[in-house]
Amino acid sequence: MLAGPAFVVMLLVTAYPIVQAIWDSLWSFRLTTPDERAFVGLRNYGVILTDPVWWGAVRTTVLITVVTVAVELVLGFALALVMHRAIRTLRPLLRTAILIPYAIITVVSAFAWQYAFALDSGFINTWFPMFEGMDWFGQFGSSIVVICLSEIWKTTPFMSLLLLAGLAQVPEDLQEAAKVDGATWWQRLTKVTIPNMKAAIMVALLFRTLDAFRIFDNVFIMTGGASGTETVSFLAYRQTISRVEIGLGSAVSVLLFLCVIAIAVLFIKGFKVDMAQARGDR
Amino acid sequence: MSASIRERIWWYLAAAAVLVYALFPVAWIVSLSFKEGADIGNRQFLPTQWGWGNYQAAFDSGLFIPALRNSLGISIIATAVAVLLSTFAAYGIARLDFPGKKIILSTALAVAIFPVISIVTPLFNVWRSIGLFDTWLGLIIPYMALTLPISIWVLSAFFRQIPWEMEQAAQVDGATTWQAFRKVIVPLAWPGVATTAIIAFFIAWNDFIFGISLTSTERARPVPAALASFTGASQFEQPTGAISAAAVIVTIPVIVLVLLFQRQIVAGLTNGAVKG
Repeated sequence: MLAGPAFVVMLLVTAYPIVQAIWDSLWSFRLTTPDERAFVGLRNYGVILTDPVWWGAVRTTVLITVVTVAVELVLGFALALVMHRAIRTLRPLLRTAILIPYAIITVVSAFAWQYAFALDSGFINTWFPMFEGMDWFGQFGSSIVVICLSEIWKTTPFMSLLLLAGLAQVPEDLQEAAKVDGATWWQRLTKVTIPNMKAAIMVALLFRTLDAFRIFDNVFIMTGGASGTETVSFLAYRQTISRVEIGLGSAVSVLLFLCVIAIAVLFIKGFKVDMAQARGDR
Repeated sequence: MSASIRERIWWYLAAAAVLVYALFPVAWIVSLSFKEGADIGNRQFLPTQWGWGNYQAAFDSGLFIPALRNSLGISIIATAVAVLLSTFAAYGIARLDFPGKKIILSTALAVAIFPVISIVTPLFNVWRSIGLFDTWLGLIIPYMALTLPISIWVLSAFFRQIPWEMEQAAQVDGATTWQAFRKVIVPLAWPGVATTAIIAFFIAWNDFIFGISLTSTERARPVPAALASFTGASQFEQPTGAISAAAVIVTIPVIVLVLLFQRQIVAGLTNGAVKG
């Protein structure tokens, strides 16, 4: 079977590790003290779920997810409209421009935005005198703003390409008919365009929500989790890699995995995202 | 006609806004990379004097060149393997009717939304015990989780549009199976394969979590992870300049690929989403 190898590899690199993580999460195990490895059942989960550090990370992650996805939906839709309707000669230029943030390394984006806002090297505080002397990474709110800016800049293009695919599926004659009937631009957008690309919008939201919920790179580079900006992925990383608490770290990973599944189920069952319909052919 | 002229002006303005949005942060990091010495802290957008010093520093750091080699090697190998495997899979999905078709596409979707950090935790432990920690192979294997799903989706969308009957037509006209494949199918399929390769390469090139978690030295550490471990020449000096220069260098291949293949990349991403 031709698809066999790809299928097996995909299972090997995801299913196997998550089973291993579930198993590891049942042990109290720190790499630095291997002799004290002990089976503790679900106790790691108890420790995490009663710890304010976990709930802080969840709150931060949810906040970043909601803010970035909401902004990206609006901004991505605007970008998609511009690309869809732009004069033919401008299209290659716009496509090229929009692909640059998509293709750039997230870590590079994180550094660019961090340095722009940094006290010692940034131009933002110089350009906007009201921020003179402001330490953007000194407290929670402003740190989140800059983290979200980098995340939004880097990932909106992907959102807008998914929406562009949806826009292309809206029948042109419907638009014309509405135009003939005297519908304004705004009426056509809200009554014709958006209802006809609902499936594409939901798929774009689903993908970006799940992606945003896993945010790691921007937080790592910009704040290293300081000022309460630690996200769930970062917490899992810190427990496992920095503190070598394999048991606890695995439990955080498993909980993150469950969160992602819950979001996916919520979207697919709750909002009735029909992947087949969005794909347009099945 | 005045309405049409006004409309044109609006589109040009909108296009200009998109350009500023996309290029401004890139322009900033490029500008920053050319600031030397105290200029780094001038808190202006542009340097007062342009110089190559930071590029020199990046290359002299001893961290960057091995990281660049690792990133290129690991990303290219991971891309090649992912594209090879997904070409087989997508060919099967597009041409054969078998019950597992839907399962494979759904699995790819499930893997695509999988939180990467959940793979890192167990691999960190396992890789250490079987000697894959801090090796190329130790990164290439988990990169499959990043590159395979999107490759399968993009490529099966491409393959579904290929008129496969042409292969039979060529055989009827007297071509051998191999000739039909080489002269008819390969030219039709290769743009899809190339596009998939570019998208997969972007994803592997972008990885940070695996890079920072599963490596510890220059042996396998890729560029994004190396950027995070840059330090200044002295303990009182920030590595801002060298990081910016290194960041610009690793952005160049990406921009070249985008400039050359923008049409194909957009088609690949949108088709994969719509028709996959």
